[in-house]
Amino acid sequence: MGAKAENGPKPPPPLSSPPPFKALVKLKTKQQELLIRAAALALIYVLAFAIRLFSVLRYESMIHEFDPYFNYRTTLFLTRNGFYEFWNWFDSESWYPLGRIIGGTLYPGLMVTAALIYRALRFLTFAIHIREVCVLTAPFFASNTTLVAYFFGKEIWDAGAGLVAAALIAICPGYISRSVAGSYDNEGVAIFALLFTFYLFVKAVNTGSLAWSLASAFGYFYMVSAWGGYVFIINLIPLYVLVLLVTGRYSMRLYVAYNCMYVLGMLLAMQIRFVGFQHVQSGEHMAAMGVFFLMQVFYFLYWVKDMLNDTKLFQSFLQITLTCAIGVGTLALGIGMASGYISPWTGRFYSLLDPTYAKDHIPIIASVSEHQPTAWSSFMFDFHILLILFPAGLYFCFKRLSDATIFIVMYGLTSMYFASVMVRLILVAAPAVCLISAIAISATIKNLTTLIRKKSKAALTVSSKATSNLKASAKALLDQSLPFQENGAIALLVGAFYLLSRYAIHCTWVTSEAYSSPSIVLAARGAHGGRVIFDDYREAYYWLRQNTPPDAKVMSWWDYGYQITAMGNRTVIVDNNTWNNTHIATVGRAMSSYEHEAYEIMQSLDVDYVLVVFGGLTGYSSDDINKFLWMVRIGGGVFPVIKEPDYLVNGEYRVDKGAAPKMLNCLMYKLSYYRFGEVTTEYGKPAGYDRARGVEIGNKDIKLEYLEEAFTTSNWIIRIYKVKPPKNRW
Amino acid sequence: MAMLSRFAFFLLWISVLSSTTHSELVISRIDRRVCRSTVLSVFRVLDDPKPAFFLGSMRAIGLSDVVDLSSHIVRALFSLKVENVGSKVVSEVLLAFPNMQAKNLAAIKTLYNEGRGKVKASSVNLPTTVVEPEGMPPELTFYSVSLPKGLEKGGTVSLDVLAVFTHSLQPFPEEITQADGQLVVYQDSAYYLSPYTVKVQTLGIRLPGGRVESYTKFPNAKLVDSEITYGPFENLPAFSYSPVIVHFENNYPFAVAHELVREIEISHWGNVQITEHYNLVHGGAKTKGGFSRLDYQARSSVRGASSFNHLIFRLPPRAHSIYYRDEIGNISTSHFWGDSRKTQLEIEPRFPIFGGWKTSFTIGYGLPLQDFLFKVDGKRMLNITFGSPMDEVIVDNLIVKANALSKQLNKVVLPEGSNGISASVPFPTKQGEEIKYSHLDIVGRPVLVLEKSNVVPEHNLYFQVYYHFNNLSLLGEPMMLISGFFLLFVACIVYMHTDMSISKSSASYLAKIQLEEVQATVQQIQNIINQCLAVHDKLDASLRDLSRTGDVQSCKIARKTADAQLKELVKELKPLVTFLHHSPQASHIWPKVEELVAKEKDMQEKMFLRHSTVVDCFEKKLGGREIENRIASQQQKLAALRQEVDDLLEFLDEI
Repeated sequence: MGAKAENGPKPPPPLSSPPPFKALVKLKTKQQELLIRAAALALIYVLAFAIRLFSVLRYESMIHEFDPYFNYRTTLFLTRNGFYEFWNWFDSESWYPLGRIIGGTLYPGLMVTAALIYRALRFLTFAIHIREVCVLTAPFFASNTTLVAYFFGKEIWDAGAGLVAAALIAICPGYISRSVAGSYDNEGVAIFALLFTFYLFVKAVNTGSLAWSLASAFGYFYMVSAWGGYVFIINLIPLYVLVLLVTGRYSMRLYVAYNCMYVLGMLLAMQIRFVGFQHVQSGEHMAAMGVFFLMQVFYFLYWVKDMLNDTKLFQSFLQITLTCAIGVGTLALGIGMASGYISPWTGRFYSLLDPTYAKDHIPIIASVSEHQPTAWSSFMFDFHILLILFPAGLYFCFKRLSDATIFIVMYGLTSMYFASVMVRLILVAAPAVCLISAIAISATIKNLTTLIRKKSKAALTVSSKATSNLKASAKALLDQSLPFQENGAIALLVGAFYLLSRYAIHCTWVTSEAYSSPSIVLAARGAHGGRVIFDDYREAYYWLRQNTPPDAKVMSWWDYGYQITAMGNRTVIVDNNTWNNTHIATVGRAMSSYEHEAYEIMQSLDVDYVLVVFGGLTGYSSDDINKFLWMVRIGGGVFPVIKEPDYLVNGEYRVDKGAAPKMLNCLMYKLSYYRFGEVTTEYGKPAGYDRARGVEIGNKDIKLEYLEEAFTTSNWIIRIYKVKPPKNRW
Repeated sequence: MAMLSRFAFFLLWISVLSSTTHSELVISRIDRRVCRSTVLSVFRVLDDPKPAFFLGSMRAIGLSDVVDLSSHIVRALFSLKVENVGSKVVSEVLLAFPNMQAKNLAAIKTLYNEGRGKVKASSVNLPTTVVEPEGMPPELTFYSVSLPKGLEKGGTVSLDVLAVFTHSLQPFPEEITQADGQLVVYQDSAYYLSPYTVKVQTLGIRLPGGRVESYTKFPNAKLVDSEITYGPFENLPAFSYSPVIVHFENNYPFAVAHELVREIEISHWGNVQITEHYNLVHGGAKTKGGFSRLDYQARSSVRGASSFNHLIFRLPPRAHSIYYRDEIGNISTSHFWGDSRKTQLEIEPRFPIFGGWKTSFTIGYGLPLQDFLFKVDGKRMLNITFGSPMDEVIVDNLIVKANALSKQLNKVVLPEGSNGISASVPFPTKQGEEIKYSHLDIVGRPVLVLEKSNVVPEHNLYFQVYYHFNNLSLLGEPMMLISGFFLLFVACIVYMHTDMSISKSSASYLAKIQLEEVQATVQQIQNIINQCLAVHDKLDASLRDLSRTGDVQSCKIARKTADAQLKELVKELKPLVTFLHHSPQASHIWPKVEELVAKEKDMQEKMFLRHSTVVDCFEKKLGGREIENRIASQQQKLAALRQEVDDLLEFLDEI
């Protein structure tokens, strides 16, 4: 794009490349181009970092959400105790009394990355806290992703598309949602790793170079170490290879790239304890292995074809070999599945292929809001104009089909499908959508500018002639093209710039309004327009940390487990690592039982404190009462004594006078509304008016027999109860 | 200090006749009045103290003890009048405390009023140290006050002693519910314990004004307006003791910082950064039963009277960049206001602190360097307060704040390169040194650690740290940064200009070299073609001039120069084209280049043809229309050629 900018009169370059100065004229064209490109990239790099800092500026440098707290806690452990301790860490503070083997049940990529950055900065004598590193890891990797997007775009289309892709992905809300400062989650580095692996693989396919495919194997290793989403890579790449094979694009380059990447990548991935031997044992990874063997068959066939030099003979040979190969493959898979050596697909994987699967079979997956199918509005929200540009980009890709464009098309289509199945996977689709849209934008703008430049050149030639008839001759030249082409092109360019600027405005707005809230500190507008901050979560966690015995066990719904261990520094029964469904169901059962039944369960789990989140006073809607049906469902899934209809009245979930009696007397209801009946929440409403659900509660006279209120935060958002010791038997 | 006593709720008076000690610089008016009255009522006692010790025989003539129990810090203010009844000149006066009290004694201070009887006489701070005189009971701890000048026989001296005790109020009952008030027990002796005989003594205990559960009636006690008075007692022998117990309600927030680490970091760029880590606990009666937010919110003054939910810090003036946070993040509940004389920070802990509850937090602020750092004899002197700025008193509030610190660590972080560090602190501290690494530190910053336990607001005095520092060291870190970046850029330049390939003879390496050459050649060719095009434009211009001026001659000259230039350029072009032709790397662009060169040649010819045609026509004086007709076809061809050449150039550009 920059290159065009030098020779003579030209339209302004589409994105962020500054107009050339007179001083630059001294440089060679190539150098000028390089300079402009590097400058544009550097600006994009900074932009990608800066736009993610809204939350730090508005709130503070803090960790957001739920999972990042676990990551932060483990990173802290890693930097304090070293890698070996981390690798062998048995955490007795979670999943009491089972505990959790941290080293074997997490993807260590993120923590190791942050720890390495921390060490490097410390080595460079920057005395910073590990928290700052953790908070800024995601923006840093988002910036790096823009660089990868540039190179990827350059690889599949041209440098211009690369620059546009970098600019688009820098501010794409779909990606920002998981990479703002403080969102210290696996996805933050994983999207970088994902795109990097894909880029290296495409590069390897394009060049057939062993070095690039080796690099892509290492990229894959990093991805495996960082996020469970690596399964997407290990299925997409074989699918892509398969498509190339089917479309007759088999080449030696592909053979080298895939084999090297697969074999080495698999071996490397086995080093991650959480993944282990899944590459050879689990159903999700079998496609890659199948394609690997298929590649060998293909190679063999080509060799035989070379040797035979006889079409007829080869045809029959082909039939026999293919039948044999497929037969052997199916047999092996069948035996593996039957003998249990190859594990079947996991629930999450199933729910990807069949969106209704989780709802029917695994409530714990369905209960997570980010596992819900995506609404159209959130597509529009996260992609904005990219959603419209995506098909246009696909058109351009199909028009100039190559190995690389086939890859990006497949990546785009599959990830779009997954994005529509699960909200959180919009994140995976974001880079593909940005790349494909970038192709559309870049190609369109390039076409338009060429048109205008041709015109202006012609005009230039014309203007240099003195005599009038020369103009006529030039006009004859013009007539070869369509009428009003120039004006049309200009109009279209203006339109494109308008769209792009709308996109930039939309992205900034979305980032600042929707994605920069830490969710641990709630902000609301007060009566006088001022900002009111509800810091109840930290109030409660800090109270737990300071004023409960160090070995106290806290029972809460699993959402808050990570935060309680990280901020409250207390042992929890269940947490966000939902590995043991029965344990969670036990907690769900306790919450949905009568107090005396729940007391027995809590006694058996050694619970000292119970923590519930209650939004009735403030109108905070994501509280435990609203999540309660999931507790009932999950509890009922394991313990049939808990039946969902007991909590509903005519299939309706309510907490007011008309609620089901079991609902009004279950532990969760009692703990949430204990003494709430005495509070007047809103002027003109009766006492005990629940602002989150807009009803007056049904049971105002709640007596607790086995628990006592230990602490309630200033806005009542978190309520902590102490489990009383058993009474004397005599 | 002045304020402390002014807002005192509790006053406890004891007058003892043996050593006259005058405590404290400033005494609130009430205190002083009480003191004077006791002094007036002094009788002379002629006994010598039993263990003579090295002091001469002396006795305390009068003593009033003012015990300030307004907070959980117990302040006893003794006004003593001592008379030497022996024959020797005496230079020291002994004060005695039971060990039980002495272990809680945080600070002791003796003031000597020179102007006898005069109210506003200058007072002198007298050194008071622990001594272990022989032959004294081991249950007592003795402090010795050195008098400014020896006391003659029969001479008297007036002393004011302020003793500050911590942890002397025992909550009873030890556990209360949220709704209960906090009851505490204070134990003391009605008679002032002294190695000297006491002639006249009174003891006053001022209570905070709440409920008084019980108090020892004997001997001679009166309760008036929440003030209990014992005495006056006369002619007490040495070591008289009569236990007194007062049980009363005190809802004063018992804020105790278990540990305070104060870090004072000096930057010679103009800032003193102070960071204070508090580990705070409510030292009163423990809370039992639950905490009900409803009760607390509805009637917090009644339900939760013993708790506290905010603390006030009086920071030095011009404090800036203040923050307040804890291990899990920023705490947003704080208020801050300041003027030129003071800065006030009011913070709220995350939750109200009830008895036995803990919290910990950090506050930090910056101060302008010139207010605290001075140059003395070529040395730098830091002059800054020792204690915590947490305020003891809130004027407009019932809740009064004080803090007694079990242990305080003051760390003075000096800039890198400081040496010759020494400190002068007005009371004994444990000193140590550390090294701290901050941003861009290589050798680390020297840290002076001053450790003191049992710190009360009375310790909030200025202390000095002296050190040497060379201003040039200031430049070290910026220079380090500059050189770091410089090296980075140099490394980049070197990397760009060096050939890093391992094998210089490998095929790919050679191919790369060739490719680079080809690219350079193409670039040169492009340049030359562009120059040719420029020459063409000049020719065009000459034609235009011709049509305007009709100057055939100059046009011809223009043509000649153009011809020469073009020939030159073509000559230059030739070797480049041949090189490209033979280079295998250029095979994919060769056809384009060839076409380009051919087109350009064609264009040159056409150009000259047209030029000559036009010139001819002019010489023949043909009409404008005629000329145009003649060159029309050429014109078109030329335009088309020009277009093609431009396209080709652009194409090459993009490779």
